Amino acid sequence: MGTAPASRDVTSYGMGLAAPLALFFLVFFVAPLLQLLWLSLHNDTAALHWGLGQYIHFLTDPFSLGVLGSTLLLGAEVTAVCLVLGFPIAWLYQRVGPRLQTIIILIVLLPLLTSVVVRTFAWIVILGRQGIINATLQSLGIIDTPLKLLYTQFGVVIALAQVQMPLMTLPLITALGRIDPNLDDASCSLGAGSWRTFFRIVLPLSLPGVIAGCTLTYAAAITAFITQSLVGGGQMLFMPMYLYQQASTLQNWPFASAISIIFLLAVLAVVSVFTTLGRLSRGFGGE
Amino acid sequence: MVEAQGGRSLVVDAITHRYPSGALAVENINLDIKGGEIIALLGPSGCGKTTLLRIIAGFIAQSQGRIIIGDDIVDALPPNKRAVGIVFQNYALFPHLSISENVSYGLAARGIDKVTRQREAQRLLELVQLPAMAERLPRQLSGGQQQRVALARALAIKPSILLLDEPFAALDKNLRLDMQIEVKRLQRVSGITTLIVTHDQEEALSMADRVAVLSHGKLEQFGSPSDVYDRPQTLFVNTFVGSTNRMPGVVVAADRAEAKVRLDAGAEIIARPAGGALSEGGRVTVCIRPEHLQFVADETGFAGVVGMSLPLGATVVHEVTTADGSGVKISQARIGETRALENGAAVRLAPLAPSLANAFPATL
Repeated sequence: MGTAPASRDVTSYGMGLAAPLALFFLVFFVAPLLQLLWLSLHNDTAALHWGLGQYIHFLTDPFSLGVLGSTLLLGAEVTAVCLVLGFPIAWLYQRVGPRLQTIIILIVLLPLLTSVVVRTFAWIVILGRQGIINATLQSLGIIDTPLKLLYTQFGVVIALAQVQMPLMTLPLITALGRIDPNLDDASCSLGAGSWRTFFRIVLPLSLPGVIAGCTLTYAAAITAFITQSLVGGGQMLFMPMYLYQQASTLQNWPFASAISIIFLLAVLAVVSVFTTLGRLSRGFGGE
Repeated sequence: MVEAQGGRSLVVDAITHRYPSGALAVENINLDIKGGEIIALLGPSGCGKTTLLRIIAGFIAQSQGRIIIGDDIVDALPPNKRAVGIVFQNYALFPHLSISENVSYGLAARGIDKVTRQREAQRLLELVQLPAMAERLPRQLSGGQQQRVALARALAIKPSILLLDEPFAALDKNLRLDMQIEVKRLQRVSGITTLIVTHDQEEALSMADRVAVLSHGKLEQFGSPSDVYDRPQTLFVNTFVGSTNRMPGVVVAADRAEAKVRLDAGAEIIARPAGGALSEGGRVTVCIRPEHLQFVADETGFAGVVGMSLPLGATVVHEVTTADGSGVKISQARIGETRALENGAAVRLAPLAPSLANAFPATL
């Protein structure tokens, strides 16, 4: 067939065109990562003696493993809260008129338009001993003494969930929008109730969005240094702060590097579990 | 739950539906459908036929009126309790489920065990002649095959009513005819009362026992295909179903059976008062189908000049310009060597029979 040479096959372009970006990544991403790895393989702070000491130290130290565990757990909790609260919002978005859609998308995006620091301080005001929640509950006579909300795991999860919510909601809105609304009607006309329709049709078909949302939320939640530190306070220690202390305060760069590498691998493991689950569920509707 | 069985009657009783904006979607529709009939809901897009289908299925709650299936008034039942099978225009197969799982989906919702479900799915796939496709995914099937699966899925729940929403619109012409035959065959086998929503008049006339013609939310006519085609009750039905020439004129004399009309084109003809009684001196629109006109050699009929001739295979269509300047189409069967008509030749035209010209009161 004689087609006009309007669009060339993208694979026919020279690889050289990718060189600037490749160089950028090489210098500012690959090289530091390799340096980090190199640094972590030294037993002393001056990085003179090679060895796996830092890794052995981390993996045999109950305190370090505890920090890693609680960080991964924190991510799971935040992800779960975002999924449970974000799914109904995304579902609602697909079923309301265009005006309400604009309002919902604005509410979803609003957190992204304010600085993380500002949002986190707002949560301190809300959760504090004299904060909005405690003041309201006390004035209603529901509680006598203020609840401890700030500097608790609960507080950190709630604050992080609000901050990371757009990362969950946006992929879900996209995924739910791709589902043919006739499928709902078809399921219903075949005798299925709302719950069966949701679990057999809507949820499996929205899995690509669920997985994308969970991956983004999880990765963002466990690395959220500012919110974790400000709402968690001194009592709650998570990996980013632990790393910061080792590197900045204690100047133990090899150990901080080892923490980074272990954290990185742990996150990659969790993310690949998400992805594998998605593939196994063969929930990828359409082509 | 409605007892599922084939061949139940369906009564659409004075159904009216208003959109939230207050606009009427359908107005006072009455249809009395016998068990086992195939009914076509025919009308242009926006005439309310899909709204009516969705009301019968239970997806829309009507503003007024009742839907009665068999002996049950089903208005209070949600769609999943009505035992109404639907084939959607885009088939709406579940893309992540295999063909077998799609077909047995309704059975699973009814709590039927897996072995029975699989056996039933296989039986239905054999019925729609796709026995080997059970483990495929919908996207691996062609459009016609997907439609067969959608039919099998709807039939699996042994619905009392089968609703088909523009079922053949997405298929190409040859496949469409095959599927129309297939649907008619399946309907005969199952005896299920079937409602087909379509904007395609050929489809409605060829498939349905009776045709309900809708326009702007109102029922224009409900009758057999030959009634709708040969004895249209309204000007809309006459012009929407089949093609027709609309010729304005004035009533010279009229009784219940016949009306003498002086056409603006310059002839007096006898026409059938199709839309009720006509009054003398009133303006009317006379509809004559192109195949119901003939060339005449004598001085009867009206005069015209041949414009264009289109040989359409089995028939030849001539466009004739009449004395009042309007165009009239006449179609002639092509028998042997059809008389060639010169462009610009003067001819006279008349209806084949008085009953084939329908006179309707002229609307402004």
